Amino acid sequence: MHPARMSLVVAAMSLLLPGCNSTAKIMSDLMEERSLGDPKAASVKAGKDRKAAPDFELKDANGHTVRLSDYRGKVVLLDFWATWCGPCKIEIPWFREFERENKDKGFAVLGVAMDEEGWDVVKPFAHYMNINYRLVIGNESIADQFGGVDALPTTFLIDREGKIAAVHVGLSGKRDFENGIRELL
Amino acid sequence: MGFVNYSKLAVTLLLLPAAFAQSNPILTVAQPQKLAAKRNTDVTAKIEVSIAAGYHVNSNAPHEAYLIPLRLTWTPAPLAVETVIFPKARDEKYQFSEQPLSVFTGNFEIATKFKVPADALSGPSILAGKLRYQACNNTMCFPPKTVEVKLPIEIQ
Repeated sequence: MHPARMSLVVAAMSLLLPGCNSTAKIMSDLMEERSLGDPKAASVKAGKDRKAAPDFELKDANGHTVRLSDYRGKVVLLDFWATWCGPCKIEIPWFREFERENKDKGFAVLGVAMDEEGWDVVKPFAHYMNINYRLVIGNESIADQFGGVDALPTTFLIDREGKIAAVHVGLSGKRDFENGIRELL
Repeated sequence: MGFVNYSKLAVTLLLLPAAFAQSNPILTVAQPQKLAAKRNTDVTAKIEVSIAAGYHVNSNAPHEAYLIPLRLTWTPAPLAVETVIFPKARDEKYQFSEQPLSVFTGNFEIATKFKVPADALSGPSILAGKLRYQACNNTMCFPPKTVEVKLPIEIQ
């Protein structure tokens, strides 16, 4: 559905259902279905057009070293996010689902939190959001390696050879991610 | 031509739209007018803030604890801050929020009430302030930033 048309539908529902608490749920459900922005910008690129993802070395919540290259052979959803980022919060439940449903198929979600306060804020937030995938704390250097990630969320889909197959900048549609993951698996 | 990191270049090109948004500042502060400050009185300074169309910043009192509030702080001398007065925030609903968020958009003023100490040295001076904000649009957010504010004052 065209985004403008969808907004009209939601507005009409709000008018027809005054005081109804389900408007937010309706909005959330529609967002799961839609593709925000230009779907082509986020679609999976042909193998010959993919470039290698920069490697990095960061610590996870348990102090273990995480290298992106450790994930070679797996499809990786690499999510740059932050606790203060509202749109990032929308995507987290989707990523939990992707991790749960695909982890045995050679897939992993890796979240890179860009919070300046580090684990002090990220750990409680991750607990609150029931995040079931691995997290690391990012920094400007890592963001620069990935082209200067500034807008959050920014999410990279990385193929089994460690190449960037798709980039989603800003809140994307759940279906976009699902299609990309399915194609790469 | 020297070494070119093509993968980095490709990623950079993909992220250009977001980079463009940040190259044009989301929040700007107009240069404040000179403030005349008589010793042993209260004076009020106003700063004018503009938010680019399509963006918002969290208000000074966001509804949700995880959001970063708008903050204006000043150096403690030569004037003493009594209160910082923000305008009434707007509650707005965004695609990414189940509940309306308390935000500022467009143009607004932040006032600061200062006490001019009885022993303040007379003459011109500059009061330095910092405005910390965190901005988003309907689909993405940007890291918190701080804008420096320089308030010229004349203590009489």
